[in-house]
Amino acid sequence: MATYDWLFSSLGLDGWCGASGGSAPTSLADLAAQSSGGEAAAPTIWELPFPSMDALNDSCPAFPQSRELTLGLERGFLDVKDALSFVLDPITQPLSWALDGALYGILNTPWWIVIPILLAITWFVSRSWGLLTFVAVSILGLAFIDHYDYAMQTLAIIFVCAAICVIIGVPIGIAMSRSDTMQNATIPILDMLQTLPPFVYLIPLIFLFSVTEPKLYGIAIILYAIVPVVRLTNLGIRMVDKSVIEAADAFGMTDRQKLFGVQVPLALPNIMAGVNQTIMMSLAMVVIASLVSAPGLGVLVLRGIRNLELGVGLVAGLGIVILAVILDRTTKASLARINATHKA
Amino acid sequence: MRNDRQSKTTKVEIKHLYKIFGAQPEAMLPLVRDEGVTKAELMEHHQHVLGLSDINVEVKEGDITVMMGLSGSGKSTLIRHLNRLIDPTAGEVRVDGEDILAYDEEKLRELRRNKMSMVFQNFALLPHRTVLENTAMALTVRGQQRSDYEDDAKRWLARVGLGGSEDQYPHQLSGGMQQRVGLARALASNAPIMLMDEAFSALDPLIRTDMQDLLLELQEELAKTVIFISHDLDEALKLADHLVILKDGYVVQQDEPQKILLEPADDYIVDFISDINRARVLRVRSVMRGPSEGRGTPTGEIGPEETLEDVIAKSGGEPSSSFVVMQEGRQIGVLDMDDLMRALVPTGASESGLRTRASA
Repeated sequence: MATYDWLFSSLGLDGWCGASGGSAPTSLADLAAQSSGGEAAAPTIWELPFPSMDALNDSCPAFPQSRELTLGLERGFLDVKDALSFVLDPITQPLSWALDGALYGILNTPWWIVIPILLAITWFVSRSWGLLTFVAVSILGLAFIDHYDYAMQTLAIIFVCAAICVIIGVPIGIAMSRSDTMQNATIPILDMLQTLPPFVYLIPLIFLFSVTEPKLYGIAIILYAIVPVVRLTNLGIRMVDKSVIEAADAFGMTDRQKLFGVQVPLALPNIMAGVNQTIMMSLAMVVIASLVSAPGLGVLVLRGIRNLELGVGLVAGLGIVILAVILDRTTKASLARINATHKA
Repeated sequence: MRNDRQSKTTKVEIKHLYKIFGAQPEAMLPLVRDEGVTKAELMEHHQHVLGLSDINVEVKEGDITVMMGLSGSGKSTLIRHLNRLIDPTAGEVRVDGEDILAYDEEKLRELRRNKMSMVFQNFALLPHRTVLENTAMALTVRGQQRSDYEDDAKRWLARVGLGGSEDQYPHQLSGGMQQRVGLARALASNAPIMLMDEAFSALDPLIRTDMQDLLLELQEELAKTVIFISHDLDEALKLADHLVILKDGYVVQQDEPQKILLEPADDYIVDFISDINRARVLRVRSVMRGPSEGRGTPTGEIGPEETLEDVIAKSGGEPSSSFVVMQEGRQIGVLDMDDLMRALVPTGASESGLRTRASA
């Protein structure tokens, strides 16, 4: 006899439910109650269970348990999985190639070529001797303690993923800025991507793609890191001074002239702030992505956790911090340079 | 030159223009047009804002037409109808006789590119482009390359007094200089019609006077059709060939500035003009008598376009002075100091006196 028997009997559903209360025990408490012999005492009002799926199942075995919900979701996903991966696999294949290519390229190019190229990029975007020195010391330091390969793998993954985030994210942001409907439809998705714990969307990805494929972690990183660049592109374009837009209209600019001649250039400081955030979030995700075979410093962190190798974990963690600081300072320096020419 | 309005060609014509802001402007239109619901009533009972109500203005070619009103009078809304940055709820806007409200996007763009240019209150320059590139904005929009526009743009920059600043960015310039760029940008487009939306309102008084003088000087030379929005009566009186005074979205009075000053249509205008320097605005031709009506002995000659301030300066403050008004070697009137003094009496104080005299 369970609490909500009356509900089903009053609705005339006894027949549908079948034998009431006669089912096998579904929890330890049930088992204990059964083995202790006979009915447990009728619950008092203080012990009234919430009419949840499980509680209703107690009264009516035909009523589904909540476990069915997660099971159903899982079965549903497995059912569409083949069709889904049939579509997604070819579309995302270039991502695998890009990641494989970048990893192969950066590891097979001698260090005395890669490091100067990185320093040249730093100089090109920042034009700051101080920053250049800092980056040089950091990279050489990492190389000196034999973390060069790991750091370069992490860097290669971030470069590829952040570039794809910008290539996809900026157009989405532009589309959002031009249509309120698009904005209203996209913002909930962005909110979800941003708040969903990153581990959670690794799970369906593991079902869809083989764990040996780089696109598995590539997609996870992109989904996680694309949000800021989309948001800030949208925001940046929407915040462009209305009077400047009015002037562009008054002088008869076409939509295209207005977009590329006025809106995007004026939104550039915001877009660059978004790119900075996207790079930082890629870095955060690349560590978690080590769980699904992403190479790089994250692997060492994971090893530190798994084998309780304190030193390995700490040094790799510090290496990630150094990469983060390098990437952040470099993008911020280029942002500052853009801002200097964009003063209103 | 200033009183042959009839003989000039009409460049822009606004007819029965209405603009209502809100959720259902069309539904509100009959209330305003046929039942005479006022701005306040429309706001209170229908939650719609009456932007413009039955505007009829003819803008003559080569004139500076000033539309003046306080904030909320609808003047900025009105000027934006002329290049359709805002579309009206009802009415007609004709440019060179063509109804621009019937234009499709392509023709509208042509109109904005070739016939009209605009100067904005807050300059609205592109911050990421140099002064030269900003000046050439209209030309770039038409597809010209730097080599095509460079000379032109430099010439206009020099004309507004900014030669040598071509490679600077707008943020490196002061407000006054930025608005000179704005003016050069409008001039460089070579459009016959120039819309100026409170173009000088954000500038310091001294720089504003400078810019007004510059505009008048350029106008002397280029004779563009200028439509100028202002909330400053002194500025409006200084620049206007034709002055349109707006209040709460309708036209209170429109006429030649001298006429408005001497024959204000209602108390609103009287209030408006009560504290301006009449001597600086009123001109001899507006207050002089016929050639044969002189009473005193003439002590000097003056021109019809001189301001009363000039005349007072010439008289040296002598109350018995009397002047002969000469135009092209011919006497067209006389001005006695007592008439001059009477014209200077502020309207607020001597409403009846001035009005009877003016209507007599």
